[in-house]
Amino acid sequence: MAERIIKLPDVGEGVAEAELVEWHVQVGDVVQEDMVLAAVMTGKATVEIPSPVEGKVTFRHGEVGDVIATGTVILKIKVAGEDAPDEHDEPESKPEPAVAVEPMQERVAPEPAAVETPPPPPKPVEKPRAPAAPRTEGDRPLASPAVRLRAREAGVDLRQVTPTGPAGRITHEDLDAFLERGGGKAVGAGLQPNTNVQEVKVVGLRRRIAQKMALAKSRIPHITYVEEVDMTALEELRARLNAQPGGAQKDRPKLTILPFLMRAMVKAIGEQPGINAHFDDEAGVIRQFGAVHIGVAAQTPAGLVVPVVRHAEARDIFDCAREVARLSDAAKNGTAQSEELSGSTITISSLGAMGGIVSTPVINHPEVAIVGVNKLAIRPHWDGTQFVPRKMINLSSSFDHRVIDGWDAAVFVQRLKTLLETPALIFVEE
Amino acid sequence: MKEINCKLLVIGAGPGGYVCAIRAGQLGVDTVIVEMTKAGGTCLNIGCIPSKAIIHAADEFHRASEMAAGRNAMGIRADNPAIDLSRTIAWKDGIVGRLTNGVAGLVKKAGVKIVVGRAKFRDGKTVVVETETGQQIIRAEAIVIATGSAPVELPMLPFGGKVISSTEALSLREVPRTLAVVGGGYIGLELGTAFAKLGSKVTIIEALDRVLPLYDKQLTQPVAKRLSALGVELLLQTKVRGQSGNGESLLIETADGEEKRIHADKVLVTVGRRPVTEGWGREELELDMLGPFLKVDDQCRTSMRGIYAIGDVTGEPMLAHRAMAQGEMVAEIVSGKRRSWDRRAIPAVCFTDPEIVSVGLSPDEARASGTEIKIGQFPFTANGRAMTLLAEDGFVRVVARADNHLVLGIQAVGAGVSELSAAFGLALEMGSRLEDIAGTIHAHPSQSEGLAEAAMKALGHALHI
Repeated sequence: MAERIIKLPDVGEGVAEAELVEWHVQVGDVVQEDMVLAAVMTGKATVEIPSPVEGKVTFRHGEVGDVIATGTVILKIKVAGEDAPDEHDEPESKPEPAVAVEPMQERVAPEPAAVETPPPPPKPVEKPRAPAAPRTEGDRPLASPAVRLRAREAGVDLRQVTPTGPAGRITHEDLDAFLERGGGKAVGAGLQPNTNVQEVKVVGLRRRIAQKMALAKSRIPHITYVEEVDMTALEELRARLNAQPGGAQKDRPKLTILPFLMRAMVKAIGEQPGINAHFDDEAGVIRQFGAVHIGVAAQTPAGLVVPVVRHAEARDIFDCAREVARLSDAAKNGTAQSEELSGSTITISSLGAMGGIVSTPVINHPEVAIVGVNKLAIRPHWDGTQFVPRKMINLSSSFDHRVIDGWDAAVFVQRLKTLLETPALIFVEE
Repeated sequence: MKEINCKLLVIGAGPGGYVCAIRAGQLGVDTVIVEMTKAGGTCLNIGCIPSKAIIHAADEFHRASEMAAGRNAMGIRADNPAIDLSRTIAWKDGIVGRLTNGVAGLVKKAGVKIVVGRAKFRDGKTVVVETETGQQIIRAEAIVIATGSAPVELPMLPFGGKVISSTEALSLREVPRTLAVVGGGYIGLELGTAFAKLGSKVTIIEALDRVLPLYDKQLTQPVAKRLSALGVELLLQTKVRGQSGNGESLLIETADGEEKRIHADKVLVTVGRRPVTEGWGREELELDMLGPFLKVDDQCRTSMRGIYAIGDVTGEPMLAHRAMAQGEMVAEIVSGKRRSWDRRAIPAVCFTDPEIVSVGLSPDEARASGTEIKIGQFPFTANGRAMTLLAEDGFVRVVARADNHLVLGIQAVGAGVSELSAAFGLALEMGSRLEDIAGTIHAHPSQSEGLAEAAMKALGHALHI
């Protein structure tokens, strides 16, 4: 057959289906080898499907947002050079009376492929069309005298009315539509109501985030506990470590607060393994993990993703820092592997300078705890005799109240507070 | 005399002024209009209407003369046609009288008070009118200056004696044996042609290298051809030096610098019109000027609050229908309506032989504005109705934007094409595209078919050419 069938490939990790997030071609488009045809998303990774051949798209299945099973035919491409327009058929190659069920492949001398025009570039995702500029500058609005008179009486500047008539003529209907939107009230200056409604299809990552959040919030009764932590000592230590030259550790990473928190969590989890767990509520089982895989919620241009620092219990503070930096870069430029974006046992949510003073983090289902880091700020602290400036941070942490009692939650956060306020404790081997 | 207080005072009852007054009256505005002669202004009394009467009479007489001379394709014969010009003038005066009385009636019917006399501003709100019975003071909230225009006089050819303006030309009791027309604009050509048809030996003297310099050569060519057929002598690039000492002849300087004398019983000077900006107390006001004209904005407001100006006094084109539209607009503004000048097309018509009509942009003007254009031209030689009228000279021409076919201008030259100006103007005001005109059924047989054909020609598929 001169037609190449393109199926939704198995894009790894044995997933049975993937979500179509972008079409780059339409039926009738001419494609070249390796040109991207579509993008699908599995797990948390987006995979592009390239064209294996040069040819013309004859069939397309599925719309953006559809979840399609692996192996489903999504495209058919008529291979260039192997077919020819019917009118060029030579007499002897006339099809036989239909005995064959399938259309017969005609044997035709390969036509020079030059008849094809160069393929158009892949079409970008169609954006909602912006309203056309009413007219080019300096052009007088085109309208009949009656429309102009009505506009003048209504105080409408016709330059603001979008024309729909031939040659850009403003019709009575255009003026009606403009007036209906209240356009006539404020001419030229002033605030105008905008009744524009734009529908944005929730697809891809956004859809996954929506599903995940709905699941977490509907299944998990959250308890959120907020405590302040004096970070002055930790900040001093951090500044000193960052000021030191690399020494034995080559290309030692700059330390943020995050790796300290991770190590403190590892320490606290050692005493409360119930915090580092998955609650399979359908099976009625809590799986407490020895491994501490810490998800770090990160903002990317596409939306929220949670790269995972695996085995934080086996990483020292610099290793943690290095891994956080690597993963966040990978997540931001979209190169993170699917397995790097899943499998966490507990999660940290941090908005850094945007962190505010309190947040109510949503647990990353099926985990049972999430630690939220708010913004570091210098605040007055009463030391018993006077106010002193201290570097303070709030931790806003949520727990699955079905399996973690308020008391246990408080114990965990207080333990983190102690560890962070006296950072040496993080490093003491017990 | 008791002072008059009113909301609106209109100075001048020409086409601009009387329309303004009628419209204001309709809208319930307390209005007074001042006119020093008869209602109707230049247009009705000594311009458009009387000249058209004379032109028509001349056409009829000329046709009869041609028939008498055996030059008639239709086989009509006539013997010894004669014209009694004083009766022609009386007929013309009858028409003018009916119209001016009609206008005065309409103005009164609209509830507008007419004051006859010469108006003069005392200040921006007060006008003094010298009437037959004494001074009348009129105070008004808004005043419209509609004083019009007057023929331009040449310093070396002052009006008087045999040197006449169009006003006198329209009241001659005898056909002059020889007539020199100074100025090859539309007034000179219209009247020169009429007198040629009435039997005068006409010479037209024009300083530029062609007649009707405001129109392109394609449009004026049939007119020039007709002038020559009528025996009118055209002296182009020729200047007038003055009259000879005894007033017998006209001294001219030809294109090659040669001085000549030509004999003329009458010398008609039609070198243009000037706005009447003196004689009504402009010096009492602070009005900005634009060249010789009063400067107005798109609502016909002058630089002084409450003082408007319309018509010829505000600039070109000095056309009655422009003044009327302005007058109507100002009346509506004064009555409190929201209005502003947004007319797209002011048709211009020359009642030459053949007639010329132009609406919107000519091809050259459109090109000069940087627009890519399509032109469609349809000759009357291919129009059945024109053939039956013995009027095959001329054409209809449509100018449109090349990209969206928006019609930018329509011109025509040919017998009776002045009546096509309605269709041309409507097409432009409505923002028509070529397809709109081509898609409109034009009655057959009529000269108007030329318009649809010209549009189709521009679209590349004229049917009858």
